[in-house]
This record gives sequence, structure tokens and C-alpha cells, in this order.
Amino acid sequence: MEHAIDKTGVKIGMWIFLYSEIILFGGLFVLYAAYFHEHPESFVAGGLELDRVIGSINTLVLLVSSFTVAASITAIQRRQKKLSIGFLLFSIFCGVVFLINKYFEWGAKFHHDIFPNSERLLDGDPGLNIFFGLYYTITGLHGLHVIIGMVLLSISLVFVMRDKITENRYAMLENSGLYWHLVDLIWIFVFPLFYLVL
Amino acid sequence: MEDSFVSEHETEHQLSYGFLAFILGGLVLLTCITVGVSYIDWGFLNVPIALFVASSKATLVLLFFMHIKYEGLVIKVSFISTMVFLAIMISFTFWDVGFR
Repeated sequence: MEHAIDKTGVKIGMWIFLYSEIILFGGLFVLYAAYFHEHPESFVAGGLELDRVIGSINTLVLLVSSFTVAASITAIQRRQKKLSIGFLLFSIFCGVVFLINKYFEWGAKFHHDIFPNSERLLDGDPGLNIFFGLYYTITGLHGLHVIIGMVLLSISLVFVMRDKITENRYAMLENSGLYWHLVDLIWIFVFPLFYLVL
Repeated sequence: MEDSFVSEHETEHQLSYGFLAFILGGLVLLTCITVGVSYIDWGFLNVPIALFVASSKATLVLLFFMHIKYEGLVIKVSFISTMVFLAIMISFTFWDVGFR
């Protein structure tokens, strides 16, 4: 009995944490909605500055990585250890690709003098300043979550390699997966709100 | 004995690779739709359309990738409660801002 693991309890704990994350980003989306209402033209102008192609690529990268994380759990359940490791490595690789794209995207913005406290934003339209303030806050916080998710997936990867995660006990992998899916989930809303408002 | 205690209590749901790939296909299709649709100006419908597609994608991720469909009542109910709270937070704030 003392070795019995409360799998449901472990999962509920993770979900409660995820709820707090949902509310955190929800609050930022409320901020976005309120300022969008105040400065609709600036938000449209700001959205047009963003690269829709890079945004779409990053969306696809995260969707595919979510799939591979889910598949790595199936692989563990089926005792296909090597396949599971492969799926996890690919997912972490997707996280790296996402961050590299973000780096080039932010770099291009800096190049166009669009960053917090830049002259163009300070002297220009206040709505545009707010739009890019929100853009950097939300995509930055999301990027931080991508990094944390990659760390969690890497820990799971090591555990799988060392047989600490097996078909009987894979709560760590499941919870890391849940976190990674949450990162994907948030991006699903960030992408249309910032990149696709006409 | 301990193992049987754990496994009889938790019925594990295994999703096949094919099914997961099918969900991924749906998500990619919805992404193409939302990007394609964004090149057309639908006027005030722009944001509702984008959010509707995003919510559909989120539903797919939550139900299948995140297994909510196969979870017990506690996770389902607590998740829905969170969504209700989020909806209250967003809608009440927005009503205040919109009709001030």
C-alpha cells in the first residue's frame, strides 16, 4: 500500500497549477482586449508590422511538437522506449526552432526601432506603443514558458533513458507533456490576436 | 499486489499514433483556415472569426492531447469552473470598458 501512487492526485496537482497559468495569461488577454477597444486602428497597424509567415511557421512548429509529446506518452505505454526518446528529442528540437524564429523576429523589430522605450514608439502613436508593449510582454512571457517546458521535457527525457519513467510510472512525462500543451494552447490564442488582426 | 492496486484503480487510455496524427491534421487545417481567412477583411467579424477558430483548436488540444476527454469528474469540473471564471473575468471587464 505504501508504494501505491495516487496517479489522479498527481495529475490534479498539475492541473491546478495550469489553471493559475490560464488565469495569468487570461489577465493579459483582458488587458489586450481593453486596449484594443481603445486604439483599434493602432492595433491593426501594429499587427501588420508583424511577420505573418514566421508566426504561422511557429504555430505549426508548436502544433507538431504537441503531437510528438502526446505520441511519446503512447510510446512509453507501449514500451517502445527508443521511439519515446526520439519523440521527446524532436519535441525539444521544435522548442529550439521556435525560439530561434522568435530571436530573428524580435531582432527584426529592434532593427526597425520597435522595442520598449525606442524613439519611434515613444514619439509616435501611443496606441502603437501599447500594442508593442503587450506584444513584448505576452510573447516574452510565453517564450519563458517555452524554455521552462523544454527543461521539463529534457528532465523527462533523461528519466526515460534511465528507466525512471516506465510504462507503469510515467506521471512526470505526462505532467511535462501537459505543461508543453499549455504552452501550445496559449500560442493558439496569441497568434491570431497579434498576427492576424487586420 | 501493489501494482494491481494501482492499475485496477486507474484505467489508462492509450491513444494510437494514427488518432493523434488525425488530431494534428485537424489542427493544421484550422491553422491554414485562420491564416487564409485573415487576408480578407470581414469588418467587425475579424476578431470573432479568429477567436472562434482559435477556440476550436484549443478544444482539440485540451480534449485529446491533454486527455481531458478521458479524465475523471474532478479534472473535468475544475477545468470547466476555471473557464467559467475566465469568461466572467473577460466579459465583465470588457462590458465595463465597452459601455463606460
